[in-house]
Amino acid sequence: MSQQQFMQNPWSNWMKGEGPDSDIVISTRLRIARNLRQHPFPLLATDSQGEEVVRKVTEVSESDAMRKRHHLQVIQMDQVNPLEKRVLVEKHLISPHLAEESRKGAVLLSPDESVSIMVNEEDHIRIQVLLPGFRLNDAWEIGTKIDDIFERNLNYAFDETRGYLTSCPTNVGTGIRASVMLHLPALVMTQQISRILQAINQVGLVVRGIYGEGSEALGNLFQLSNQVTLGMSESDILSNLYGVARQIIEQERVARTYLLEHTRVSLEDRIFRSYGILMYARTVESKEAAQRLSDVRLGIDLGVIPDVSPLVLNELLVTTQPGFLQQHAGQKLTPDQRDERRARLIRERIADTEK
Amino acid sequence: MNCEECGKRPATLHLTKIVNGEKTEYHICEHCAQEKGDVFTGFHNFSINNLLSGLLKFDPMQKSAKESSANKTLRCETCGLTFAQFSKSGRFGCSDCYTFLGDRLDPLFRRIHGNTQHIGKVPERTGGQLKIRKELEQLKQALQTHVASEEFEKAAEMRDRIRALEQKMAQS
Ligand SMILES: [Zn+2]
Ligand SMILES: [Zn+2]
Repeated sequence: MSQQQFMQNPWSNWMKGEGPDSDIVISTRLRIARNLRQHPFPLLATDSQGEEVVRKVTEVSESDAMRKRHHLQVIQMDQVNPLEKRVLVEKHLISPHLAEESRKGAVLLSPDESVSIMVNEEDHIRIQVLLPGFRLNDAWEIGTKIDDIFERNLNYAFDETRGYLTSCPTNVGTGIRASVMLHLPALVMTQQISRILQAINQVGLVVRGIYGEGSEALGNLFQLSNQVTLGMSESDILSNLYGVARQIIEQERVARTYLLEHTRVSLEDRIFRSYGILMYARTVESKEAAQRLSDVRLGIDLGVIPDVSPLVLNELLVTTQPGFLQQHAGQKLTPDQRDERRARLIRERIADTEK
Repeated sequence: MNCEECGKRPATLHLTKIVNGEKTEYHICEHCAQEKGDVFTGFHNFSINNLLSGLLKFDPMQKSAKESSANKTLRCETCGLTFAQFSKSGRFGCSDCYTFLGDRLDPLFRRIHGNTQHIGKVPERTGGQLKIRKELEQLKQALQTHVASEEFEKAAEMRDRIRALEQKMAQS
């Protein structure tokens, strides 16, 4: 796939929505942080030191062992314009940090975009695996094999007591951050969400809005991830996260059934109003779009709206973001222009999938 | 371009700081970067690091003034990061920082992770070397005890095993 296609194509593998429990778990993400010995961390590295790390990592990515598994394409951050960077961020393929602050940053992408490896983000190497649905173990299997190939060819910074050494003390040890993106409209509507989020904080997990640190949960989407990386094995971390996510999924299902049984008319009213707005509105802001899309997605999952594919909703959540809209338009857009294009895009895509 | 701080040495670090969409560029030499912990703090306007820095500054484990002055002079010999800079930025400069800052990091790790010891995956290649190195240490100790107690046959056996392991290490 060419660099251009990564930017234009709205479809990432993780948006195809066909994993286990995909009525609630939109995607599973696993990140593995690794660093090279005898190279200053990216934060301190000079440009030439940064370039050297990119060269070494790229070399391994072109080795036979890696080619057998993944054909990775290298995209250097200094060769991508700000809009294209934003698209990569909105598709969750790179972090805002790599886009905005890293020097000599690069990303290695697999054609289906399920694997993206950031180079010179906060750490030298950050392997990311992104899959649709609830698939923590699959994500770990894919990630750890890539990790093994890198490790056979590079000198990793590893210490017997501290494990994998990272730039930030919050990642040391296993260096893994696993997360699941959950769509929890019924827990929000029944106002149980804050109670659940509080409980989560007490078991070493964290919850964030979908665009990471500090951002609010757009469209009832919550990202649940592990906090602890030292003193727990990878399998403990994953099974802990799995167990808690499993519980939240069940609670969301209970809440959905409750809403259907006790408030069917007002629930259906809310869902169809949102559906109506998305089908006919001529202008819609991103925040409203996220909320309406969430309602419609719930309607699809509950069988209230039978004819729309849930996949369209996953796609629209990404393609209605500002960067994507502008990339699609091929120009910078004012907020008003964006709202108009967003409304049109949603109308067209929903009409496309209706029978 | 010369360093903006000292004006003497050539600027080798070019940092871009973005706060609320406003971009500021710094051009400084590595010496001044190490002197000036601010660069580290400024570079990351990231809440988690302020948090970490808070954890380190008000460390109740660090009781005596003596201990805190010992912390001040502590620095990584590879990248030059001092403990003071680390406690401001919450970031390490290189992987050797872990060695040089050493046990001082334990209270921090305990508070973030509830633990100080890694128990997860061990890398195949580097991990294998670690295992051999540990074994070597044990053999060398055994060799010395055998020599001291004049058990020369056993000592010779140890010596052969050490040689074999060292060869294995050199090959890998
Ligand atoms: Zn200077
Ligand atoms: Zn260091």
